[in-house]
Amino acid sequence: MLAFIIRRLLQSILVMLTVGFIAFSLFNFVGDPVSLMLPPEATQADREDVRKALGLDQPFYVQFGTFLVNAAQGNFGISLRLGRPVSQLLVERLPATLELAMTAAVFGLLVGIPMGVYTALKRDKWTSKVLLTGSLVGVSLPNFLIGIFLILIFAVWLGWLPSFGRGETKMIGFWSTGFLTTEGLKAIILPAITLGFYPITLIMRLVRAEMLEVLRTDYIKFARARGLTNNAVHFGHALKNTLVPVITITGLQLGAIIAFAIITETVFQWPGMGLLFIQAVQFADIPVMAAYLCLIGFIFVVVNLIVDLLYFAVDPRLRVERSGAGGGH
Amino acid sequence: MNDTFKRMRESDLWYSFKRHPLVIVAAAAALICILGALFAPWLAPHNPFDLKTLNLLDAFTPPAWTSAGKAQFFLGTDDQGRDILSTIMHGSRVSLTVGICAVALSMVIGITLGLLSGYLGGALDSFIMRVADVQLSFPAILIALLIDGVARVVMGKDGHDDVAVYVLIFAIAASGWVQYARTVRGSTLVERNKEYVQAARVIGRKPLAIMFSHVLPNVMGPVLVLATLHVGSAIITEATLSFLGVGVPPTQPSLGTLIRIGNDFLFSGEWWITVFPGVMLVILVLSINILGDWLRDALNPKLR
Repeated sequence: MLAFIIRRLLQSILVMLTVGFIAFSLFNFVGDPVSLMLPPEATQADREDVRKALGLDQPFYVQFGTFLVNAAQGNFGISLRLGRPVSQLLVERLPATLELAMTAAVFGLLVGIPMGVYTALKRDKWTSKVLLTGSLVGVSLPNFLIGIFLILIFAVWLGWLPSFGRGETKMIGFWSTGFLTTEGLKAIILPAITLGFYPITLIMRLVRAEMLEVLRTDYIKFARARGLTNNAVHFGHALKNTLVPVITITGLQLGAIIAFAIITETVFQWPGMGLLFIQAVQFADIPVMAAYLCLIGFIFVVVNLIVDLLYFAVDPRLRVERSGAGGGH
Repeated sequence: MNDTFKRMRESDLWYSFKRHPLVIVAAAAALICILGALFAPWLAPHNPFDLKTLNLLDAFTPPAWTSAGKAQFFLGTDDQGRDILSTIMHGSRVSLTVGICAVALSMVIGITLGLLSGYLGGALDSFIMRVADVQLSFPAILIALLIDGVARVVMGKDGHDDVAVYVLIFAIAASGWVQYARTVRGSTLVERNKEYVQAARVIGRKPLAIMFSHVLPNVMGPVLVLATLHVGSAIITEATLSFLGVGVPPTQPSLGTLIRIGNDFLFSGEWWITVFPGVMLVILVLSINILGDWLRDALNPKLR
């Protein structure tokens, strides 16, 4: 048990170091940080001073170490485009992205689970087949196109919902939330549907596959033999057992949802981290790119770690298998 | 020649193809899209990149079936008076080229690394697979964005525009090699213990020769299925990057660039500039995905 946790932790640290190294390389080797920070008329002496101040005269491993220490403290320097500390920018934008990602995930679960259960229980009905084919269409639709079509229908033609921005937000401490105003709630509907589209199709297919598997097991047959009603068998026994993998996979997808928010945020001009990142890519704003990369990497690693440890806690079989010869998973 | 046709008609694949009407429709749609894109310079009613033929007075013409439409612009025109149908045909050409080249490059990288990893094993194997693990935990679009962003910084704005298409192909390829590498490695691990590989080793063939001329043909099946499905997602990635404004430059627009251009006019009521390239993109990707899905099931002996 302990050995597994330690190995898993070491692996996570290794991934974070790799991500950190890529971010560090962005800083130091892609574009010259000295000329980025100085005005063009700076003298050679000025350049040397800045090099010293930035620690660029130090050996490589010292520079990397300093970078890691700074990064761990959330210090990523100053945005070249906006001239403000990157960490401050990210903290400002974080609530918008997290609220959007959470709403999309919840939306995905609320719609995806019933659809999955339905297509598993009524697998031969034509509506199930339509839903399944529809989910293939859902996978083939690029995210940004869903957003554009939703804007066209609900914002331009019908005029029901706003098409860009977060509406009115309220501050709770440092956290700006759109959940407390009607405008804010209306503004999140279209982006959340857009971002939730892919999770819906994924969750639906997953629930369906798991349900079909569980319905074949002996304990379901036994429950039927005991004379329980269909509803009790389907929802009390079958669904409950399918939910563990569904929730873990959705958890794993959370990182992907946050990353995919880049696209949704661009379509809806949603003022989150993704929009900040895409503007950074367009303007070659390296500090913002590096910081975003580290943050996303961190979220991914933490989510993966939690899910793995949860699996380990839930499924005793893993304890036997994992303690054998290590390696891939 | 007749023999090949006969073999094709009697094959299981053809039999399965005939029995799936949706697959036939998808194949027809994909074929029309690909032919239309391939012969765009000759088939397209206008040349959207010949500035002399453009007339700004034609700008924002709605599709032909609406009251303000003009017969010569079937799907209407964009802000510069370019015929939408023609830009879509040329745009699909760019989208398909980038998608297919990216998948091909991805296959080459993935297959090579997978073969080396599976056949040689050892430290190289662990290293390649660890890199694959790390990369697999990030979405492809993020990796492609990052590579494109770095290229932009290294080459500067002007230098980047000239090579944007190649950078894009590389970025998409680099974000997709992992699946090929993993599949090929898995099959190679099985193949390398078989007698024919031992025989090749005994007669003194070099490891590289064994890998590429003996093992490779035997591990290609699943790779080809993977590649079909990958073309669809590569086209989506390309369109997404172009939509985000970090893909191909507007001088050689792909479907994604066209959608991006049209997006600016959504609110002023000129919906056709965005909607038609969008519909085209969906038809293209959907038909390729249906074909890939079918191919995967048809080639899977367990499902027969």
